[in-house]
Amino acid sequence: MHSKTIEIWVGLFVALGLAAMFLLAMKVSNLSEFETGGEGYKIIARFQNVGSLRSRAAVSMGGVRIGRVSSVSFDKSTYEAVVEMRIDGKYDTLPSDTSASILTAGLLGEQYVGLTPGGSEDYLGEGGQIELTQSALVLEEVISRFLFNKAEGDGKSEGKSDGAKGK
Amino acid sequence: MNSVLKPFQILGESALVSLRKLGRANLFMLHVATGFPGILARPRLLAAQMYSVGVLSVLLILISGLFVGMVLGLQGYYVLTDFGAEESLGVMVAASLVRELGPVVTALLFAGRAGSALTAEIGLMKATEQLSGMEMMAVDPVKRIIAPRFFAGLVSMPLLAAVFSLVGVLGGYFVGVGLLGVDEGAFRSQMQAKIDFDEDIVNGVIKSLVFGAIVTWIAVFEGYDSVPTSEGVSRATTRSVVYAAFAVLGWDFVLTALMFGKD
Repeated sequence: MHSKTIEIWVGLFVALGLAAMFLLAMKVSNLSEFETGGEGYKIIARFQNVGSLRSRAAVSMGGVRIGRVSSVSFDKSTYEAVVEMRIDGKYDTLPSDTSASILTAGLLGEQYVGLTPGGSEDYLGEGGQIELTQSALVLEEVISRFLFNKAEGDGKSEGKSDGAKGK
Repeated sequence: MNSVLKPFQILGESALVSLRKLGRANLFMLHVATGFPGILARPRLLAAQMYSVGVLSVLLILISGLFVGMVLGLQGYYVLTDFGAEESLGVMVAASLVRELGPVVTALLFAGRAGSALTAEIGLMKATEQLSGMEMMAVDPVKRIIAPRFFAGLVSMPLLAAVFSLVGVLGGYFVGVGLLGVDEGAFRSQMQAKIDFDEDIVNGVIKSLVFGAIVTWIAVFEGYDSVPTSEGVSRATTRSVVYAAFAVLGWDFVLTALMFGKD
């Protein structure tokens, strides 16, 4: 009798521990996505600059996540970054002239691939390639361009005043 | 001449003593491992030990996990809100719990709650000559007494660590979403997007399994190796907890470097 109560408690303990592991896997981690996502299909996009895009980043269309980046690699013959994405199988109607751009979630958030549908009647399939791409916005480049323009503008106005003086 | 060499002699002696103890601990572990088939033949022994090692630790783990998660939620919120990133609270709480705090804090609590009890129990058995009594009856005390305790600890630790992490995430959720008003959807979706099953959950389970082995090994060995007097048992109990804490923290660094050092 006594050993039976102990066994019941141990059984409850093991069940509790396994349930905790299961909940961690399904509710806290991303395991459930793989379950529902199925295999999906693979598409490729080439970018001049992918910024800090990493594999496993989100691929979204209209703000809804429809897939994930599976790998980011560099093509040494064209000097472009090749981004391979896996799109959920249920979103199989992406037009073949869909365009891709690399966007940032929030001001300093992580980068993701945003897709914008085109008007084509053909759909992208396994291994399809997105032709229209827009590079990531690199903050340093934007700032340096802004500062450069500003410096150039200042130089022009100074030049004008000098010219006025000369005259 | 003699006084010059004396410090070296002391150093050498203590080094040899430590090495000898390490060797004994390893041989002892091999002996315990040979008791594994006996456990399968008598699962009742394992169940009884899992009760005292695992079931009785659950309440402690639940309460500590809840409070650790709640503190993480509070502290994380105050830091993240400076950067306007309080939506990332879920990621922060869950990642730190699943990767580090779950296995490590559970192992430290486990060493204090279960490890010390194991050492004291085995040490007292040795001091009252119950272990030699078993040998007299041709029962191997390592297989009969030590092995069930070791494997019970090994099985219980990952389960306790999982409970700790889950309760901690819930605690962080209550504080973050319930108390501080972080958006519920952002908390959950960012957490699920960032916590990877293979990288985080599985590595956390591996860590807790390793820590379980380390803590229980140290506990049963210190008990078995203790000087069979009341003072010897009390020293062995202290050593068991202290060594287990050191070993867990040291191995945590090694495991983290191996698991997360790649990228």
